[in-house]
Amino acid sequence: MRDGTMETWDVVVVGAGPAGLAAATLAGQAGASTLLVDENPAPGGQIYRAVTETPVKDKRILGADYWSGGRLVETFVASGAEAMHGTTVWSLDPDRVLGISRGGKAHLLQAGRVIVATGAQERPFPIPGWTLPGVMTVGAAQTLLKASGILPAGRTVIAGLGPLLWLYAAQVLRAGGTIDAILDTTPRANWIAAASHAPGFLLSPLWRKGLALMKEVRARVPQFTNVVSIAAEGEGAVRAVTFKIASGLERRMEVDTLLLHQGVVPNVNLAMAAGAKHVWDDRQCCFVPVLDDGFESSVPGIHIAGDGAGIAGAWAAEERGRLAAIAAVRALRPEASLPDDQAFRQLLSRHERGRAFIDALYLPPASFRVPEVDGTVVCRCEEVTAGEIRKVVALGCEGPNQMKAFLRCGMGPCQGRMCGLTVSELIATERGVPTADVGYYRLRPPVKPIALAELAQLPAGDEATKAVVRL
Amino acid sequence: MAGGANLEHDVAVVGGGLVGAAVAYGLARLGQRVVLLDEGDMAVRASRGNFALVWVQTKGLGLPEYAVWTVASSEAWAGFARELAEETGIDVHFQRPGGFHMLLSDAEMEARALVLKRFHNQAGVADYKTELMTRGDVEKHLPGLGPDVAGASYCALDGHVNSLKLFSALHTAIDARGVIYRPSHPVTGIERRDGVFVISSPLGEVRAGKVVLAAGNANQHLAPMVGLHAPMKPERGQIIVTERVEPFLHHPLSTVRQTDEGTVMIGDSREDGTDPAGMTLPINGVMASRAVRIFPRLASLNVVRTWRAIRVMPQDGFPIYDQSTTHPGAFLVTCHSGVTLAAGHALNLAPMIAAGQLDETRVGAFSARRFHAEAAQ
Amino acid sequence: MLKRLSEALPAAVTIRVDGQSVKAAAGDTVAAALLAAGIGVFRKAPVGGGARAPYCMMGVCFDCLVTIDGVGNRQACLVSVREGMEITTGHGKRSVSA
Repeated sequence: MRDGTMETWDVVVVGAGPAGLAAATLAGQAGASTLLVDENPAPGGQIYRAVTETPVKDKRILGADYWSGGRLVETFVASGAEAMHGTTVWSLDPDRVLGISRGGKAHLLQAGRVIVATGAQERPFPIPGWTLPGVMTVGAAQTLLKASGILPAGRTVIAGLGPLLWLYAAQVLRAGGTIDAILDTTPRANWIAAASHAPGFLLSPLWRKGLALMKEVRARVPQFTNVVSIAAEGEGAVRAVTFKIASGLERRMEVDTLLLHQGVVPNVNLAMAAGAKHVWDDRQCCFVPVLDDGFESSVPGIHIAGDGAGIAGAWAAEERGRLAAIAAVRALRPEASLPDDQAFRQLLSRHERGRAFIDALYLPPASFRVPEVDGTVVCRCEEVTAGEIRKVVALGCEGPNQMKAFLRCGMGPCQGRMCGLTVSELIATERGVPTADVGYYRLRPPVKPIALAELAQLPAGDEATKAVVRL
Repeated sequence: MAGGANLEHDVAVVGGGLVGAAVAYGLARLGQRVVLLDEGDMAVRASRGNFALVWVQTKGLGLPEYAVWTVASSEAWAGFARELAEETGIDVHFQRPGGFHMLLSDAEMEARALVLKRFHNQAGVADYKTELMTRGDVEKHLPGLGPDVAGASYCALDGHVNSLKLFSALHTAIDARGVIYRPSHPVTGIERRDGVFVISSPLGEVRAGKVVLAAGNANQHLAPMVGLHAPMKPERGQIIVTERVEPFLHHPLSTVRQTDEGTVMIGDSREDGTDPAGMTLPINGVMASRAVRIFPRLASLNVVRTWRAIRVMPQDGFPIYDQSTTHPGAFLVTCHSGVTLAAGHALNLAPMIAAGQLDETRVGAFSARRFHAEAAQ
Repeated sequence: MLKRLSEALPAAVTIRVDGQSVKAAAGDTVAAALLAAGIGVFRKAPVGGGARAPYCMMGVCFDCLVTIDGVGNRQACLVSVREGMEITTGHGKRSVSA
């Protein structure tokens, strides 16, 4: 790339998970100049992490669903689209200029259309002691397994709720590892709610597969159900986990590793920083973008596909990616030969059908979304506790953006990824108003850290210089 | 005075940013019963976009009274910070080690020398000096300068503060002193009936004996409601913030400062217009480039966020302090330098408002009459 | 505490961590290599000084920050190991030398 000139692409796809791979493949096959950008060294996103390079070669360990991701990568590679791995997208503006960084150097790209496929992240799980070394997400542990063949040794407890708990536990057991206990926080009421939403789902193959996984794990791992509170204890590292179940039983278990998971939520930072409107989704208790049926956001020319559009899983993500790509390419090149979108829409419908049940069953209890213990750290970067936030709401602070000014929460390097949802729901609970009324942090680029020197060598211009250099 | 004894509030302050909060605090500490009206969480809030300087050098070029008023606030700042710490337990980290305005070429040195000369030549300008230092002298105070640095202008009265802690301290202090804080109350109308101000918002009416408009750029449309005039020229500005760093920079520069938390703030831009989009990256690039030219050691630091705000800017850059003749008891307070003047607003201006009369000798020059006088010429 | 699957031993890569040689595997991220080598603490939280280590392993928690080849505050979970890489841990705030 030459300094001072911007590379131009018809379609830039951000994120090489299932949605991004599927979108870039279709756009490339349709003849649009297409670039896929991803910060990891190899494609696959999180769910298919390291699918082309994993050292875990025995396919029974990670399971067939994981390996199906390899097919997506193969078709992408053959599609005619280009890829930049190990490349961070730190900025996206409404004019579809992207700021990227690779090898310590920043560049600007101009896209005709952008498809943001940055996927999901784990929902924050703020319990006392969650910042201690040795406390990680289940997803983190799974990445260690997929990408490096690393298993937990020592005493290991998994806590929370959601299908990933059972999948990961099964993968560990198949690989010859052990899990000492599962602390399941699924409240009894969730089962009733889920069954009433979609009784038909109980007969589906997807659910039966999930049940089989749970059975595989429960045969070898003790499980505590209806867990209502959890705390990690230790100095300098986690040494024990204490928990209470609904019946009142309290236990303390010594641990070396505590793995937490309570579902995933959209990774909103890039899309929000670009100005895409998001709204609170009561069913999934997270913020989701407002999209049309071509997955175009409120910012013209910027589409959002995959779990970033609302959590629906890897298969739904592929179809969303394809539909977004069709809409994007059609807008740029009406004459391009594109597949009919009907088949993709039908598949998407099918994959989304089970969501009402899963969302209801695995909605984390409010007490784990909004910490009850005042001393619990909410903002990990700035070490702001739930109690401090409550005090400031009592002073009259009404929302997360004012809260930044009082407590610095949300102002650390993670830019609210670890605390945003907690803060919004905590403020809503304290004020007694719906979370939709409270809103979320206002986010701006850079959405990932970028060195000053990299910013400094971006092309400027007279107008920009005049705005800064004043005597 | 009709309705006096039954009136819940002596003063309604419109605007919960640094200016409104400072005025509200100043009034509350005099025993006034104050209600503070503010907008909601997503409001524009210029107070979040400041660079946190308590800055004196060359303020008042074109209006020497402004230099005097600025110095008075600077002198009062240390006591103000102590008072807030005692009242709230919040240390706002006010420091006045002297500040530098860096010059990166001989041309910039010459231009600055001219500015300083014009400034010091003004009759009635405050009695302090801003000196032009060559590179050699600057290096004694600021190690690790980049090769492009030609020199700087230095003023011993320049300082900085943690402006977010200041905001927090002011709101904590006013709450402790019984100021009624009403967020989500954007003002839609102000009337004066029977000697009482009735201030309307979508959430209802508020009544007070006096009203102070401290709503930043919004003062422009609020002022006529009380027979006042506040021509504003809002500007967009951006600031870059880095990750936390071990302390290395003990003096504030006009465009680079290290906070008490360790983060480095880099500024600042002054852009015409209020369009939130456009030009962000090139401007950030220029700011980053200048900062790295001043201190090459900053090059590898990570930017973790940028702020952008619409800055409050009266049309000629100077504060507007006014009281209404058609609506007695209505005051207007607006300025660009809400941080620098916070002490002055709380300790010098608020007592004038409480007494019902702005002191002509101290703040008469800031009346909006000056715009009419210019227009008449 | 973590251990490696016996089948997962691709080409070894040697890195240096806080002055000691550490064996990693090609394809490891720095975070994975450090965790597998039993290094449980990566940094000090800059506000309170508490010990921190990776939480998310996907670049969103910023708790895996270490200094790699002289550059501070790199996210260890996003950087692949290279032969001879120099890593130091335990840092809080960034430091900038003159």
